[in-house]
Amino acid sequence: MLDTFFQALVQGTLLGGYYAIIAVGLSLMVGVVRFINLAHGDLAVLGALLTLALIQGAGLPVLAAIMVMLPLMAALGWFMHQTLFERAMRGGFLLPILVTIGLGAALQNGMFGIWGSNTRSLGADIGTLSWAGWSLPGGIIVGQLPVIIFVTAVLVIGALHLVLKKTRLGRAIRATAADPEAAEMCGVDARRAHRAAAAIAVALAALAGVFLAMRGQVTPYSGPAQLIFAFEAVVIGGIGSIWGTLIGGIILGVSQALGGLISNQASLLTGHLVFVAALIWRLGRSWAADHGGWRASVRAALAARGLRRNARRTGDLP
Amino acid sequence: MSLLSVTDLTCRHGLLTAVRGIGFTLERGETLCIIGANGAGKTTLMRTLAGAHVPAGGRIALAGRDITAERAFERVRSGISMSPEGRRLFADMTVAENLRVAAENGRAGGWDMDRVLGAFPQLQPLLDVPAGRLSGGQRQAVAIGRALLSNPDVILLDEVSLGLSPAAIEGLYQSLSAIRESGEMGIVLVEQDLTRALGFADRVLCMAEGRSELQGPPADFTRAQITAAYFGIHDDEARHA
Amino acid sequence: MSHTHVLAAVSRLDKVLIGLGAALAGLLLALPLFGSPLIVDKLTLLMIYIILAVSWNLLAGFAGLVSVGQQAFIGLAGYFVLRLAEAGMAPFPALIAGAVVVLLVAWPLSWFVLRLKAAEFAVAMWVLAEAIRSVIMFDPLVQGETGRSLVTLNAIDADLRRTAIYLMAVASAILVLAVSYRLLRGRLGGESQAIRDDEEAAGSVGVSTMRVKRTIFLISALGCAIAGTLWLASAITYQPRAAFGINWSVFMLFMVLVGGLGSFLGPVLGALLLFALQEAFGDFGAWYLTGIGCVAMLFALYAPRGIIGLITDRLGREPLSMRKELDVRSERRGR
Repeated sequence: MLDTFFQALVQGTLLGGYYAIIAVGLSLMVGVVRFINLAHGDLAVLGALLTLALIQGAGLPVLAAIMVMLPLMAALGWFMHQTLFERAMRGGFLLPILVTIGLGAALQNGMFGIWGSNTRSLGADIGTLSWAGWSLPGGIIVGQLPVIIFVTAVLVIGALHLVLKKTRLGRAIRATAADPEAAEMCGVDARRAHRAAAAIAVALAALAGVFLAMRGQVTPYSGPAQLIFAFEAVVIGGIGSIWGTLIGGIILGVSQALGGLISNQASLLTGHLVFVAALIWRLGRSWAADHGGWRASVRAALAARGLRRNARRTGDLP
Repeated sequence: MSLLSVTDLTCRHGLLTAVRGIGFTLERGETLCIIGANGAGKTTLMRTLAGAHVPAGGRIALAGRDITAERAFERVRSGISMSPEGRRLFADMTVAENLRVAAENGRAGGWDMDRVLGAFPQLQPLLDVPAGRLSGGQRQAVAIGRALLSNPDVILLDEVSLGLSPAAIEGLYQSLSAIRESGEMGIVLVEQDLTRALGFADRVLCMAEGRSELQGPPADFTRAQITAAYFGIHDDEARHA
Repeated sequence: MSHTHVLAAVSRLDKVLIGLGAALAGLLLALPLFGSPLIVDKLTLLMIYIILAVSWNLLAGFAGLVSVGQQAFIGLAGYFVLRLAEAGMAPFPALIAGAVVVLLVAWPLSWFVLRLKAAEFAVAMWVLAEAIRSVIMFDPLVQGETGRSLVTLNAIDADLRRTAIYLMAVASAILVLAVSYRLLRGRLGGESQAIRDDEEAAGSVGVSTMRVKRTIFLISALGCAIAGTLWLASAITYQPRAAFGINWSVFMLFMVLVGGLGSFLGPVLGALLLFALQEAFGDFGAWYLTGIGCVAMLFALYAPRGIIGLITDRLGREPLSMRKELDVRSERRGR
């Protein structure tokens, strides 16, 4: 019993690595550009299918295919931001949602039109890596691939952290995130900073898509579910925080793995429930902060109820 | 040819016309102080000069080159930079990072980190402090430092003393005096404190309801004339009063 | 007249449009007498589209709440109908009751989702729809991915069933249109317009933004629920994955956006257009849906006020506008 529990804990943590990679791009866009791209999951799938096409169509080795695909997807992110998102953002908060969900529908069905509905996997192209594992003391077995994905997640987030902290581009992106107009007054091209963030976000989504296809299978319609996981990880970890997405991803992964001990269906559900709990907790906290802290707000609410009751009894107020 | 020449500049916020047909010139080493009551259009004028607001009409030229169509970051590279109203620091970034953003993206020249820290020595111990934790005077120093680090030909300083303690204002103006004396750039300054403005400026431009009511060296005007212009009272009305 | 502002009187064009609408409604109600079964089925689908579009437009166009999770209520309504029928309720009462029961879920939900900010609300609704779907799939009644038929409804004579469902659909569409017309022409319309334009300012002049938003959220949920039960009734089979599909949101968004967000007639036009496109290009499957996504994107970017916006620019005013305008003439006359 305890064995399976620890096994689930480890598997869930490793799964969290995948969620962190797909979530960190979304988080970057939300934090820097204040833009939620609802086609983020579909772009991940596009990255995976593109990699597959490069391997199976053009005959490239796996690593080379990924290295070709990532800059392509980054360029796509840059281009999409320039042509679609910038214009959408000028129209208030509504249009970005409408544009990106339309984009998502177009991408899903376009990929279906090109590649068909078959489930596809990179599992066969990475040889033993897809199933090989290491045994840890205590009878726990970890797959090599999940470990590689987790390590990649930590490296990717660490690298992103360093880029944002230590490079000129990173400082420009952070300045733009804080105040786009003030950044422009310091000579930063805020639009370029936004496009760079979009390029990074899309490339990271595509990388996550490759890992998704290595772990299991993708179809053209796998994207929405990935977006939901990414969004959940971002909210659980705290919106706009880079390292928070790793924590959020791990919490999501672990809760899914623990739910998975019950059944497959329960696995998704526990993930959703943890997300809802995180959302309610955050709303409660901000509500309490608006009302002078938890204790004061509860006291005020009780006092208000008491007043109303008294008033009703004495007939002072309706 | 003047360093900065502004011709017939008009700016709108929707239906509201905030700046109406303003024109002036500025030479290198000269300080122009823009004064006027709240709502006179000073900040809109400054934002338009910096490229943060698109004018409805008129022309802005820097050393004879028309820069009216340039965006804010392009103007920084052309040689205009601004310390905006409200300072607008990047709150989560440190003082050093705030300054570096400007240094990295602006023009190269005589103003580097060391020189800015020389001009505003109070920033030296604060380099690693997040800008959000600074006092008002310290923030203003960082904002001016940022503007200096892009090595502008024209520096725009909006509402320098707003909300600051007298001591902080005094300190800032000492630093500004040194910058003015160096004669490296033209300075356009918005200042609420009339006495200080008249004492610091080579020329004043008084705005009321978006118009230029009065322009010239402070010594050319009496206090009464300036007060009348400040409140938008025209000559004939002033004579009656 | 003691009101400080007076709603502009109904214009001649609007009167003609309302009259035409009433005539069309009468025609639609009489259609089963002479229409072929195929046409009746198709028109049922069109009615479902209209109900969905009007409901989504109430939410996005009037309360400024963009949700990509309204399929939660579509799927839930179908599930409740199945459950009620399973418990022994006759199929037609179950169809009505199922939609109403959805409000019992939407009401507590509204307490928390409406406190979320713009885009967070949109995605959170989507996640909630997924969460509700996973809960429902625990119920052995829906048989997981396979789905389940509404057996008792299937037992009714096909012609009678078709006609009854069609009439229910037409009646529901008229009801939803009438309710939204009344609501938006009334006080709620002005309040929701104020909230959409500037929520803080609306709050500061005494509009209870939460109450207005919740009312609209619940009405919209009910509309989607009605559409969900009608869809189940016409399709007979309930499959959770289809009932909770994101495609519903894409369709709603397409209809409202292309028709004209925040207008009264726009969603109806959008529904007609989607219906026509589906008839013409539906056979192209995925490429058709790609086209729908692209058209939605293009409208969002280049004509965000939709077809109604283009018409408004032509006419100089919006047909059947819900915007509150000060009619100075009638006010002066009133004094």
